Amino acid sequence: MNSTLLFTVLTLVVVGVVAAILLWFVARMFKVEEDPRIDVVEKMLPGANCGGCGYAGCRAMAEALVLHDDISDLYCPVGGGDTMKSVADYLGKAAPEKEPCTATVRCGGICAKRAHTNNYDGAASCAVASSLYVGETGCAFGCLGYGDCVTACAFDAIKVNPETGLAEVDAEKCTACGACVKACPKGLIELRKKWPKGRAVYVSCRSKDKGAVVMKACKAGCIGCGKCVKACAFEAITLENNLAYIDSTKCRLCRKCVNECPTGAITLKGMEPLPKEPKEPKAAAQTNAQ
Amino acid sequence: MKTFPIGGVHPSDEKRWSRESAIEVMPLPAMVSIPLGQHIGAPATAVVAKGDRVLTGQLIAEASGFMSANIHSPVSGTVKAVEALPNAQGLRQPMIVIERDGDEWAEGIDLSPELKKECTLTSAEIIEKIKAAGIVGMGGATFPTHVKLSVPPGKKAEFLIINGVECEPYLTSDYRTMMEHGDRLMAGVKILMQALQVDKALIGVENNKPDAIAHLRGIAAEYEGIKVVPLKTRYPQGGEKQLIAALTGRQVPPPPALPIDVGAVVCNASTTVAVYEAVQKNKPLIERVVTVTGKNIASPKNLLTRMGTPVSSLIEAAGGLPEGDVKVLNGGPMMGRAMVNLDSPVTKGCSGITVISGAEAQRVCENECIKCAKCVSVCPMGLEPYLLSKLSKRKAWDLAESGHITDCIECGSCQYTCPAGLPLLDYVRLGKQTVMGIIRARAAAKK
Repeated sequence: MNSTLLFTVLTLVVVGVVAAILLWFVARMFKVEEDPRIDVVEKMLPGANCGGCGYAGCRAMAEALVLHDDISDLYCPVGGGDTMKSVADYLGKAAPEKEPCTATVRCGGICAKRAHTNNYDGAASCAVASSLYVGETGCAFGCLGYGDCVTACAFDAIKVNPETGLAEVDAEKCTACGACVKACPKGLIELRKKWPKGRAVYVSCRSKDKGAVVMKACKAGCIGCGKCVKACAFEAITLENNLAYIDSTKCRLCRKCVNECPTGAITLKGMEPLPKEPKEPKAAAQTNAQ
Repeated sequence: MKTFPIGGVHPSDEKRWSRESAIEVMPLPAMVSIPLGQHIGAPATAVVAKGDRVLTGQLIAEASGFMSANIHSPVSGTVKAVEALPNAQGLRQPMIVIERDGDEWAEGIDLSPELKKECTLTSAEIIEKIKAAGIVGMGGATFPTHVKLSVPPGKKAEFLIINGVECEPYLTSDYRTMMEHGDRLMAGVKILMQALQVDKALIGVENNKPDAIAHLRGIAAEYEGIKVVPLKTRYPQGGEKQLIAALTGRQVPPPPALPIDVGAVVCNASTTVAVYEAVQKNKPLIERVVTVTGKNIASPKNLLTRMGTPVSSLIEAAGGLPEGDVKVLNGGPMMGRAMVNLDSPVTKGCSGITVISGAEAQRVCENECIKCAKCVSVCPMGLEPYLLSKLSKRKAWDLAESGHITDCIECGSCQYTCPAGLPLLDYVRLGKQTVMGIIRARAAAKK
């Protein structure tokens, strides 16, 4: 009995030692040289594997950061400037700089302002619905509200509000990875300069239709009247194809345009509107379009 | 009895509502709007401007490329605008708006009712006339007919196939055309045979229309080489590839192959009548028979309608919309597209307006896929719809492409049969569109 046990143990030990030696040689012969910095850089990255940088995940991004001499076109939107700076310092390369951003849904057509003209009972997907027809309202440009952006978001930062029927971004959680921008078939979402203290002013409409057509479909749409362009002292607002656009890099959040807008298409976030001028009592009602 | 080899479903044909209604002429509308894109391919280019006076049958928009078709005025009147207006799906599309002042026909169009059988034109002359008349496939695909008939060098047509199947439930416009204009249809078949230089023509008709089969057989006896073939009723037999397989046993290879690669050219029955009118009477494609039907429609009708007539007026003519929630389909219940704008015009590809009301208008509740593979067994193209729709949902376009998503004919059999009520076709169609876009971009990049 004893000898059987001994024999078994010895055999296994010998097999183990032989295998270990063999594996050691094989490992030496076929060793893959990998830059140890890749591991370090990977740990520095947030590890969200969201793909916002354009690479398959944080590991792939770390490899790219280590291998490329010039990393100015690589950027981790989740980690932001701080992460990129520490990575660049570690690698001894110039840190890429990018303005931190927040995803912004540019549609203000809440249910109360944009009447439903039909019911959609097809696949609950914005991509499917927009490939089929105009949508449940008369506006061909607005938010459909089936939440393709919600599915795309890895950070739980975008939600469709059942009351308004619109997608809304939580600026705190948003990392500006851009996944929702790609997911929206209507091209409503823009990465705008990070809202300072949650404050923002933007045109929440993408309709290129003429004013009369917009008014028919949605009471909160941009009619391209150009009043905001005249009101802006910083040349931040441009008007093209019947649609105003506020350049977030030029806008100083002075809020003058908000009171000028006759339809309330300019959304104000995180701030009180300017005191109303007595002449224009209409302009105030909309401003808190949260 | 013949039918296509794989897949297919048996929806209730529901033709009883409108099959006995003889074709009625729809009164001319006061205002017509004519979309510039009524066919597959590039939209036509308007050749009239605001303020121009036009006559019935006058060219108002010219084909803008090889795969495009001419468009003619359906009424006489004044052009009010050339602008983007909402189509049936509510999306803006360029249209020519004409205010009617009468029905004064352009010169050279023969309006006499006599049947003119003899045609002494050459193949090229016939195709040229068809092209000038702006004829496109009237079964719904709106493929320009002159393109179909122009057989590419190196290929040879062996058969002409006339599609009298009308497998789509509810619709009876082709059926009524075959019953009432069988003689014109047969003359049209002869002209198409002459254009293609073939001596064999097969007319496929499903056996749920026995009177049409008997009627056409009677007329076909006067002609040489035309055979009426009864087919076993099964959806989607009217699909071009399914019909070729049913009649000849030949399989059209996957895209970009066309029916001509197996020696067949398929033409719809209504299109064939339009070809006769164009070649023998110089009449462009400005009117068509539209079935207005539905279980709760007061008087379902087959209306000979000028293009550009608002759909709402057709529904009024058939007794108006029923109470409650309705789904109005441009086409039949299987392949028709739901409309949101009932003021949109009748176009060349509009074979019927089907009104579905009440509980039938709602889709069934969506559940989980139970992997029963019913969708696989009914797919007439031998695809795996459950897989393709999932791939499309996950945006795995490369896998969808290798799963032959572009072969899908969008017949909807998978969605019809799915016990879990999954929107299979919705996703497959989205995937097909996206993959086709990717393929086109790749081809463009290669050039």
